Amino acid sequence: MKLKNWKELPEGAIIKNTPTSPEFKTGEWKTKEPYYHAEKCTHCLLCWLYCPDSVITVKNKKIDVFLLEYCKGCGICAKICPVNAIEMREVEL
Amino acid sequence: MKKNFISLKELSERNIGLAPGHRACAGCPFPSIVRMVLSASDNPVVVANATGCLEVTSTIFPYSAWPVPWIHSAFENVAATIAGIETAFRVFKKRGIIPENKKINFIAFGGDGATYDIGLQALSGAIERGHNFLYILYDNQAYMNTGIQRSSATPFGANTTTSPAGKVIPGKLQDRKDITEIIAAHGTPYVAQASPSHFYDFISKIRKAFEIKGPKFIAVLSPCVPGWGYRENESIEIAKLAVETCFWPLYEIEHGVYKLTYKPAKKLPVRIWLEKQERFKHLINREELITEIQKKVDEKWERLLNLDGKKIF
Amino acid sequence: MKLKNLKKLALTGNEAAAYAMKQINPDVVAAYPITPSTEIVQIFSKYVADGEVDTEFVPVESEHSAMSVCIGASAAGARVMTATASQGLALMHEMLYIASSLRLPIVMVVGNRALSAPINIHADHSDAMGSRDSGWMQMFCENPNEVYHTVIMAVKIAEKANLPCMVEMDGFITTHEMEMVETLDDKEVQEFVKKRIPLYSVLNVEEPITIGALDLFDYYFEHKRGQVEAVFKAKKIISEVVKEYNTKFGFNFPDFVEEYETEDAEICVVAMSSAAGTLKEAIDLKRESGIKIGLIRIKTFRPFPYEILRERLRKFKAVGVMDRAETMSTLGGPLSIEIKASLYPLDKKPVIQNFIFGLGGREFSLEDAFHVIEIIENIKKGKKYDDVLYIGIRE
Repeated sequence: MKLKNWKELPEGAIIKNTPTSPEFKTGEWKTKEPYYHAEKCTHCLLCWLYCPDSVITVKNKKIDVFLLEYCKGCGICAKICPVNAIEMREVEL
Repeated sequence: MKKNFISLKELSERNIGLAPGHRACAGCPFPSIVRMVLSASDNPVVVANATGCLEVTSTIFPYSAWPVPWIHSAFENVAATIAGIETAFRVFKKRGIIPENKKINFIAFGGDGATYDIGLQALSGAIERGHNFLYILYDNQAYMNTGIQRSSATPFGANTTTSPAGKVIPGKLQDRKDITEIIAAHGTPYVAQASPSHFYDFISKIRKAFEIKGPKFIAVLSPCVPGWGYRENESIEIAKLAVETCFWPLYEIEHGVYKLTYKPAKKLPVRIWLEKQERFKHLINREELITEIQKKVDEKWERLLNLDGKKIF
Repeated sequence: MKLKNLKKLALTGNEAAAYAMKQINPDVVAAYPITPSTEIVQIFSKYVADGEVDTEFVPVESEHSAMSVCIGASAAGARVMTATASQGLALMHEMLYIASSLRLPIVMVVGNRALSAPINIHADHSDAMGSRDSGWMQMFCENPNEVYHTVIMAVKIAEKANLPCMVEMDGFITTHEMEMVETLDDKEVQEFVKKRIPLYSVLNVEEPITIGALDLFDYYFEHKRGQVEAVFKAKKIISEVVKEYNTKFGFNFPDFVEEYETEDAEICVVAMSSAAGTLKEAIDLKRESGIKIGLIRIKTFRPFPYEILRERLRKFKAVGVMDRAETMSTLGGPLSIEIKASLYPLDKKPVIQNFIFGLGGREFSLEDAFHVIEIIENIKKGKKYDDVLYIGIRE
């Protein structure tokens, strides 16, 4: 991303049109990533609730896609899942 | 708490929380805490944030993870900052600039440094003046943002970089302040202690707080992966053990009435919780110190059991 | 020339400030009492209690919280005012920088008072000078009448520039001195200050913004460059607003500097605030004995009017600069240092003699003023002195 010069920045150092953080991909931090066994999932949404990085999305009250480009690989989702529908796997480099 | 119930499915439809791309440590539970707080609100929210981990990791210019109006000014003044915003909101209503029926929930987030220590005065002042806001203390029990220094929230025996466990001194020698009781002593209309692990309890407390006029305070435990020393996937489990051992009881004080909102079926020994964390590693073979910690936990728990259902102010 | 008969009220500096605040009727006032500006807070609370204003008054538990509440309210788009002095201003120090960086046009009346230790409640400029790099505009008033009008002008200046502004007066000397103040009607004040149009509002829940984000090394410098640009632009705004006020109400208030008897002067003295009054009197008397001395009173210290001072001071042979504060740098008082820096580009420049006076409320008497003038006159004739002279002290 091209850095803005001082004349291009909003006055008062504010950030407009938030949130803007999705432009920053934190997914490269991870060494492991979740593998989702959809067939086991009961859509209790605990993984969605506890994922610190908003990786797990919900659509119509059901688990939808995993935004792995933000996943830091903490594994909370796999740990919290009551039916082992998420498994942490090594990231292939 | 039934009336304050909102299912996870309903919550997911709202899904207001930190956007992805923030720089909190892997496994940090405070983004989940923020999601629960923001999504639980039936009204739009405005957030003020004290300096600390949450503020730093969520707003690195030009990337802000906040989907709601958000302000940070300094470390020790988040309660005063939200008080100013809430005051402006009231005067705008009085002067007809904002419609009388407009509702906004004002929320302040502060860590334990910002709440127990440097910001206690501003918080005390804002509560005494009766501003209408919800203060969320995310308590990770040390100054984590500057690299794990002891705070007055740090429990007895914990190893931090300024209360190091050495050859002579076994970590922090003092007990943690009981901030929840300090805030309750102000006569605050609603004060509660919560844990992200017990989300139903936590979300119900948040929703109840939003319904009460005046200052509200919820202390929520926020385990810290690097500061407490456990694996990245264990934050929620560690928080849960703090509750199950009664180290961190879940209770509320509503208009002066104590209520234990969760009683563990079987109270676990505190050792189980301590053993899970690197910061207490040096205590494991110090039976006398573990006994001392257990005694303190028991005393506080007994006190709460006695107060349960009673009105204190 | 006065355009109409103005209502004259006998007011102290504090009363004049509070009266102007009443007529402005700001959205929010958050303040903590401190000598010698306590009265402003007291009087204003009474206005609130009597329903003479419908401002929300926030009686905070410290000056740090006073400025923090002001910042929160101002970021919500409110018109916000406060008052403080000395230790209170020092306690706010951290928040002053944040108010200006977030571009919040808070107006604060300051009753200038010495800083501890030793604790002292009387006038000097140590408090104000500690804030001189905070990004606030600073306007120093000579008397209660000027305080009243400057408070009104400051609201408009601050809100046009989106920068905070301090209106300063000498503790006790001006805060507690009673003088006839020519006042405007409430309606005239309201029409002059108009409504605030904020840069942004944290209450805008439809279009959320983030205020006070963390800058790393990649953006902080750019943000600071933008901020200083705003201060440059504020100079034009100050001139315009003061001119508008003078034209509208028939006054002759200075925007940056006031000149007194400088036209034919050979030597000059530069001062701020109440000391200018004493110096004017001394100048009148000394001129009778043939000493051609003039005075330049700096009204607006921030932004610093270096261009004007360079232009106006260049013609003098010797200039005395009066500082009611020390920098503890051994280089003299802050005003003298900045004036020296302002004149540096000139090939031919006057000798600058620094006088430190009046610390902790030490009286600056007519005799002291004569003494200052005699020294400047002697310098014109070639006599040399120490770089910094302390006036009115027991040697």
